[in-house]
Amino acid sequence: MSFASILIQLLNGLAAASSLFLVSAGLSLIFGVTRIVNFAHGSLYMLGLYIAYSLIEMLGRTPLGFWGGVVLAALAVGLVGIVIETAVLRRIYRAPELFQLLATFAIVLVIKDAALFAWGPEDLVGPRAPGLGGAVEILGKRIPVYDLLLIAIGPLVLAIMHLLLRRTRWGALVRAATQDREMVGALGVDQAKLFTSVFFVGAVLAGLGGALQIPREPANLDLDLSVIADAFVVTVVGGLGSLGGALLAAVLIGVAKAFCIGLGFSKLTLVAEFVIMGVVLVARPYGLLGKPQAVARTAGEAPPPLSPPRWQFPVGWIAVLAVIPLLTDQYVSVVLIDIACFALFAVSLHFIMGPAGMVSFGHAAYFGLGAYAGAVLFKKAGLPMEAALLLAPFCAGLFAVVYGWFCVRLSGVYLAMLTLAFAQISWSIVFQWDALTGGSNGMVGIWPAAWLADKGVYYYVALGLCGAGIAVLWRVLFSPFGYVLRAGRDSPLRAEAIGIDVRGFQWAAFVLAGTCAGLAGAVFAFSKGSISPSVVSIGQSTDGLVMVLLGGVDTLVGPVVGAAVFTWLRDALARETDFWRAGLGLVILLIVLLFPQGLVGGLKALYARWRAA
Amino acid sequence: MSAVLQVEGLRKAFGGVQAVADVSFAVDAGELLALIGPNGAGKSTCFNMLNGQLAPDNGVVRLGGRDIVGLSPRAIWRLGVGRTFQITATFSSLSVRENIQMALYSHAGRLRALFARFGAALVPEADALLEQVGMLDQATRPCGVLAYGDLKRVELAMALANQPRLLLMDEPTAGMAPRERVALMELTARLARARGIAVLFTEHDMDVVFGQADRIVVLDRGVLIAGGTPEEVRTNEAVRAVYLGSAH
Repeated sequence: MSFASILIQLLNGLAAASSLFLVSAGLSLIFGVTRIVNFAHGSLYMLGLYIAYSLIEMLGRTPLGFWGGVVLAALAVGLVGIVIETAVLRRIYRAPELFQLLATFAIVLVIKDAALFAWGPEDLVGPRAPGLGGAVEILGKRIPVYDLLLIAIGPLVLAIMHLLLRRTRWGALVRAATQDREMVGALGVDQAKLFTSVFFVGAVLAGLGGALQIPREPANLDLDLSVIADAFVVTVVGGLGSLGGALLAAVLIGVAKAFCIGLGFSKLTLVAEFVIMGVVLVARPYGLLGKPQAVARTAGEAPPPLSPPRWQFPVGWIAVLAVIPLLTDQYVSVVLIDIACFALFAVSLHFIMGPAGMVSFGHAAYFGLGAYAGAVLFKKAGLPMEAALLLAPFCAGLFAVVYGWFCVRLSGVYLAMLTLAFAQISWSIVFQWDALTGGSNGMVGIWPAAWLADKGVYYYVALGLCGAGIAVLWRVLFSPFGYVLRAGRDSPLRAEAIGIDVRGFQWAAFVLAGTCAGLAGAVFAFSKGSISPSVVSIGQSTDGLVMVLLGGVDTLVGPVVGAAVFTWLRDALARETDFWRAGLGLVILLIVLLFPQGLVGGLKALYARWRAA
Repeated sequence: MSAVLQVEGLRKAFGGVQAVADVSFAVDAGELLALIGPNGAGKSTCFNMLNGQLAPDNGVVRLGGRDIVGLSPRAIWRLGVGRTFQITATFSSLSVRENIQMALYSHAGRLRALFARFGAALVPEADALLEQVGMLDQATRPCGVLAYGDLKRVELAMALANQPRLLLMDEPTAGMAPRERVALMELTARLARARGIAVLFTEHDMDVVFGQADRIVVLDRGVLIAGGTPEEVRTNEAVRAVYLGSAH
């Protein structure tokens, strides 16, 4: 490995860092002012790429056409940002933070299908920048001129943003709102306008980041989630709200990735950035240049108390579920098995994010690792299917022991991002370890033992196992252990003062939830007969979040209802249309706007109002 | 008989500021000691070093003869210390009774039970404590909806659930109505004397301090300037100077 080729990879890494910085800066800015974690920020980046592609095709591949296209694309994405803010987010600023998150998930789905509709499923390869298509020779290696330009753009945008924030009235308001939103509101500043403008600027940055990548990367529909994961890592490593930190982190990660490739460990690239993130967060919990988060005073509304389920309720449902396969065709059983798996998955996620107050963006790690553990134990270790199915959850639990140890050291958004990082590490391992997991192809032939081969029989086993998992989690929630979790969420200070080791309990909760999610994954794997890395993907994690939030995070049965509605809706829509994601997204948006406490919470409120009338 | 709490040569500096300088005092069983002083005198810093929140630069804190410097707040609870906070901290999504039960469960070392029903045990014990602080009629309300003065009482009951040797109360009556304040401290004094609990409290309300404390120590700019019975402190020249200005 020569010095020259390291240099090449270094420059390559810096060029990639520029766009990453732009997206992350936008994300960070929006979070700072509105406290919204905008999951759709990767989608805005993707839109920037697509729109720039079309505009350049329209305006012609001239320098004017290219740069005009890039700038117009960024502005167009800014307009999309304004639409998102005014049409959706503005209506739910008073809703709990998690609900805003749900809304941005829905926007991800809608934008993905809008792009599919407008540009089709094929990757679109954009033009090179006219006049900058050449390369300069450095130490005998050819470096694209465009890359050098990109390297300059990152610091340039940072400088411009710095001037905007330090030298303008708008910038002063943004900085003030980042520190103390309530106070800025109390001083009579029009928050709606401020938020819209911040969303516009954040979206423009994302769009610009995407558009600038036109000569380097084809526009494709998977960019949204992969970019948002990278942007999360950059924002968190740099420190939420710190633009300088975002640039530093983007460069650090870009360079680390480039070195992995340069040194011949290209398989490590996916893991590398998340390892950096894990190390930084444990050493500096608020990121390299970040400060502890400002405390939001209006978040003071306490979550309502949880009420335990009445015994009639599950008994009635078990009876109904037991007779369903006798009365309906096999298809219903298949859907119900899916629902059972996702219900346990969602309940286990709710267990840590509701009562224990630890939001996870990466719960699919345990679901997916449970699924893969089952498959590997069965196919590679040659265990009987029954043993593989029952051991798999504990494998997932072991991962939760390791991941959880790091995660419980953080809280809030930082904790959520770290869970995402661990999920991505798991995904990369599964994706790249061809010999064990089959890599991107996944594994096939994971069929249940002969006595379970019939779907009708497997239905009862799936229902029994998932039902048992849910019953255990619910029982624990109303035990002293479960109350400790709620106590630790409500007031860590008081919990410590009455002798409670909050972290220890949270860690144990993490492991229990991970084990149950692993059980759900293993049951799922054997019901399908095959698995692919998508069971560990961000998409799977967000599905879980949507189920919990859709049903209502402050209720017990909410996650089950959310899982059922989500699974059924996705299935029904996918059979009707290619654009089922958009349909799903629109339904979620509608629910968000109509039932800000989730389906079960909303129905409960309606019922209470009806009773009172 | 040796003191329950013994503080010797406690020091803490933040940057160049000596927040607490060489403070020593002791509290006996069944005794109420008030720690007073103007704003910024170092009362809260002093408190936070006693309860494990803050590590002192120097000095010894003995609880029943054992040095507790360096122990975590939860280890200090295990040694028989109950606390109430200046800004109340309770579990807002749990009911008043459940808050007390939580402290009782912790005291009994029964928190790790995974499958027991939380509501099935320690209810009579919790209700007895609630009765003592006059909160039994609100036992089923969530703490999140309580009035501030009531939260202070819940905190007192949680502290008592630990069957403490020592109660640390930081501004126990802040935010309460004047009559409530005296009532709460009278209650504390009664319980402390009956059970031999040592009580250390900070307080701004001088009626409460001079009416209820057995002894008073006065801090000014991190230094202990006086100590003694309420009568001695009332007539102490240094104290009068600090509170009323040197012209008097």
